[in-house]
Amino acid sequence: MDAILLQILNGLDKGSAYALIALGLTLIFGTLGVVNFAHGALFMIGAFCAVTVQRLLSLSYEVVDESQKDFLGNPLKVKTPYVESWFGPEMGGAIIDWAVPIAILFAIPIMVCVGYVMERGLIKHFYKREHADQILVTFGLAIVLQEVIKYFYGANPIQTPSPEALSGVANVGALLGMDIVYPVWRIVYFFFSVVIIGAIFSFLQFTTFGMVVRAGMADRETVGLLGINIDRRFTIMFGIAAAVAGLAGVMYTPINSPNYHMGMDFLVLSFVVVVVGGMGSLPGAVLAGFLLGILESFASMNEIKSIIPGIDQIIIYVVAIIILLTRPRGLMGRKGVMEE
Amino acid sequence: MSKSAFSRRGVLKSGALAGTGLALPTIFTASSAAAFTNDPTGSSVTLGFNVPQTGPYADEGADELRAYQLAVEHLNGGGDGGMMNTFSSKELQGNGILGKKVEFVTGDTQTKSDAARASAKSMIEKDGAVMITGGSSSGVAIAVQGLCQEAGVIFMAGLTHSNDTTGKDKKANGFRHFFNGYMSGAALAPVLKNLYGTDRNAYHLTADYTWGWTQEESIAAATEALGWNTVNKVRTPLAATDFSSYIAPVLNSGADVLVLNHYGGNMVNSLTNAVQFGLREKVVNGKNFEIVVPLYSRLMAKGAGANVKGIHGSTNWHWSLQDEGSQAFVRSFGTKYGFPPSQAAHTVYCQTLLYADAVQRAGSFNPCAVVEALEDYEFDGLGNGKTLYRGEDHQCFKDVLVVRGKENPTSEFDLLEVVEVTPAAQVTYPADHPMFAGGALGSCNSGA
Repeated sequence: MDAILLQILNGLDKGSAYALIALGLTLIFGTLGVVNFAHGALFMIGAFCAVTVQRLLSLSYEVVDESQKDFLGNPLKVKTPYVESWFGPEMGGAIIDWAVPIAILFAIPIMVCVGYVMERGLIKHFYKREHADQILVTFGLAIVLQEVIKYFYGANPIQTPSPEALSGVANVGALLGMDIVYPVWRIVYFFFSVVIIGAIFSFLQFTTFGMVVRAGMADRETVGLLGINIDRRFTIMFGIAAAVAGLAGVMYTPINSPNYHMGMDFLVLSFVVVVVGGMGSLPGAVLAGFLLGILESFASMNEIKSIIPGIDQIIIYVVAIIILLTRPRGLMGRKGVMEE
Repeated sequence: MSKSAFSRRGVLKSGALAGTGLALPTIFTASSAAAFTNDPTGSSVTLGFNVPQTGPYADEGADELRAYQLAVEHLNGGGDGGMMNTFSSKELQGNGILGKKVEFVTGDTQTKSDAARASAKSMIEKDGAVMITGGSSSGVAIAVQGLCQEAGVIFMAGLTHSNDTTGKDKKANGFRHFFNGYMSGAALAPVLKNLYGTDRNAYHLTADYTWGWTQEESIAAATEALGWNTVNKVRTPLAATDFSSYIAPVLNSGADVLVLNHYGGNMVNSLTNAVQFGLREKVVNGKNFEIVVPLYSRLMAKGAGANVKGIHGSTNWHWSLQDEGSQAFVRSFGTKYGFPPSQAAHTVYCQTLLYADAVQRAGSFNPCAVVEALEDYEFDGLGNGKTLYRGEDHQCFKDVLVVRGKENPTSEFDLLEVVEVTPAAQVTYPADHPMFAGGALGSCNSGA
């Protein structure tokens, strides 16, 4: 029983990342009709925003310590971060320790700008082109972005830890009288994703801007005929979708050390999530994200793998095939989307 | 009106014949023109450095390339000579190899077997490389070693730790300086016994490919010989990034040791996930839970950050070694590049010098002469103590280091500390050991 609950938690946690990325993908597809293969790269850029903030906060000056030697036998240059000399070792250390949450503030404007430039500079020229063209150009863009990141940050993973106060494990089974521990940061990640998903849905549901966007998603031409500049709003939605992917990346960095190809690792899975949820369906993307996350976790259990070896590597695709055969529009897909 | 002497049919026939001739890979025809493949007839000789320049091991590949460039500089008489000064053989004089200036070409393995074979093939056929070396993966090493055997050139393997490289997939034209999974197990077992006792339950997470399988087999055999029980061996996909669903079952498995048979990004992520799940603070069966990473790399340890502290593993070489050879190499590399070399850099630098020395001793670039010079060759002064290139399987036998993640590093390079130098005799095994069974070394191929 403990093992099952643990895998459910694990699935919700994995599903959080899938849902956040798939939500952004669906927002872009639903508003602009673009199949954005560069969305994984946006997740990766968000993660590297956290790396950048960590590096900026850790910028140091060097003091030569004659009592210690470096690897060549020369006096060791001891590095002291500027923030520690400005705010004292304790306060400065705490600021560096909280680099990842601080990076959220840095990442939001950066990601909105990246999304805006990407949409205005490249993707808008492909609105009226075939989906295949859109896939090719955005996939190419993703490769360019990841190579740029590799050039500046290298190919190795970069450790970006969570704040000390949010590391370690919490006994989440105590309420049920069970001994189930789970990493605190992963619980934080799950609730963070719930808040972001809730905020996006509330924004679309309860604001005038959101109402116009929803109307535009349903019937773009009619909204345009009413004198509303729907293109501008859709561009802003692209920026918001980029910010969602970026924030998912920032918060993911303590879970796995970021590297330049982390976006590609998530991209294919996220597309499967979108297709299973139903193209253009925001609730479908979220539901499918969590569902596939949980299924993937269960498939990794030794008991399951002993019955069907290798199932952990294919479960998501098997489920996708079954759902598309039984419900061709996905779990919550709408009639007419991508059916022309 | 003149009538052409060429008929359409004739032109087509001639074209087809000429085309067939041109298309026939030179790799299979070299023997007709020379005594062996890519016999260097000019004033220079070309070596082929095949390393990952793109992909997840690109940083390791970059460090290999730095070491290769340093080795070429030293061979040609530049720099301070590095380990050429400490090498027990004094054949190399800094005037190239057999008086020919050493030049090199590079290829990108991408850490993919097919890409690595293609780049090696290109360096042999188009650039005339007489020796291929490099790599950061056993899958790649085995694939390229096979190609070099067919092509009739020497392959001096880079970073490859699978038993199979000099086991079932060994080849007469291939040589491995790096240690292997069996040696890791043999070196680690006594240290683990002293630290954690003989009553332990180990849980293995293993990368699902040749290297992972043979390391798992080696470590499990070594720890079971101590009296440890192996609770489970779970294979994880090479492409996995989040290992939480594989770590979670460990919590309630009854295991008190987790062995991570992972390397590179897999190792960074699985170790990070294991620490996140509180395994290091866990007490099972009245004992502290322990994690072991059998194959360590400083470059990868950096990615795992503070999570490596106190965790034991093995490594081929470390820059903090105090022997004359290691110090000479660290001084040479550090002065040129500003940071200490990795074990990958050390390995490929040694392989380049060993190849050059073998050619010099043999007095010929002929691969069969080089094979003969390297087989059962004993040397010293290259950083691992006295070393033997065993003739039966072309595996180097030398001291192996057991290392631990350092608790209080003084710099970004100071991540591991050597806790024991395991003597070569303790990690030596018979050539017909069951873990290395299958396959045959065969005879050398010069391409003639």
